[in-house]
Amino acid sequence: MGKEALIEDIRTKLGRAVEAVSDSFGDTVLTVRSDSLRSALAGLRERPFDYAVLLDITCVDFAAGEGRFELVYHLYSLSRNVRLRLKTSVPASDPAAASASGLWKNAGWLEREVFDMFGVRFPGHPDLKRILTYEGFEGHPLRKSYPWRLAQPRIPLKDKL
Amino acid sequence: MSGFDFLTTRLETALGWGRKFSLFHYPFITACCGMEYMSAACAHFDIDRFGAGLTRFSPRQADLLLVVGTVTHKLAPVLKTVYDQMLEPKWVIAFGACAVSGGIYQNYAVVQGIDRIIPVDVYIPGCPPRPETVLDGLMKLQDRIQHQKQDWRWGKKP
Repeated sequence: MGKEALIEDIRTKLGRAVEAVSDSFGDTVLTVRSDSLRSALAGLRERPFDYAVLLDITCVDFAAGEGRFELVYHLYSLSRNVRLRLKTSVPASDPAAASASGLWKNAGWLEREVFDMFGVRFPGHPDLKRILTYEGFEGHPLRKSYPWRLAQPRIPLKDKL
Repeated sequence: MSGFDFLTTRLETALGWGRKFSLFHYPFITACCGMEYMSAACAHFDIDRFGAGLTRFSPRQADLLLVVGTVTHKLAPVLKTVYDQMLEPKWVIAFGACAVSGGIYQNYAVVQGIDRIIPVDVYIPGCPPRPETVLDGLMKLQDRIQHQKQDWRWGKKP
């Protein structure tokens, strides 16, 4: 499947969900609407696209005036040896996106990490709780609104001399 | 010892001499500095020459705590527990920039120097420190042990 044919097939399959298609260093980048994220991921998971591997889920906080978070899904197809990056924007006031944990099992932990660092909720996730920070940690440290260098010690620390 | 029938010394000197050449160390390794620790500990640089070759993997059997690498706030209670488990007399070396001061990390996660958690005897700077620096730090600690008053830590530290 050539690149143009692939993009054409994806557009046909996902329909209005696709907002934009671009290219980044040879990999296809797909921007989809957040309300059809789950169906888009499900469509890409199946043949003929066959993106069987979810490599990573990350998030970007566009703080300056935009008021949005951008979720980034990195997909990989073993059978076709191609990668795909899928992006979707969620509002910063109430960031939420449908969970992909039913499609890829590793999405469970990846979504927990995004929740921990950015506070994005994933409705449908079986057990959405913090994964990296400790019990009692308040806030989401990778948000731009998190105070710079604010530490939350678990035990009393001595002050520097 | 032919020609000598007796030897005189002071108890403190003898104790210090014995202690400084039989350091059982516990490596608390969390990050990339561990590679330099391995280099210093293995045959090329060989801390066994200084009597610190016997690595213990339980803090209860160790008297030198080597904190090697970044210590995060998540890990801070663990380090405190490990230190509290060690028996007196005990010493601590902060190995590498992260253990000394937090190093390049100043953010929500990293403790800005392990001396905010436990008392430290010798600081070894570097990112990571060369094995020569480690040996220099070890020799400085030995010097300190040799000259310290017996039981000084019982009196000074809680």
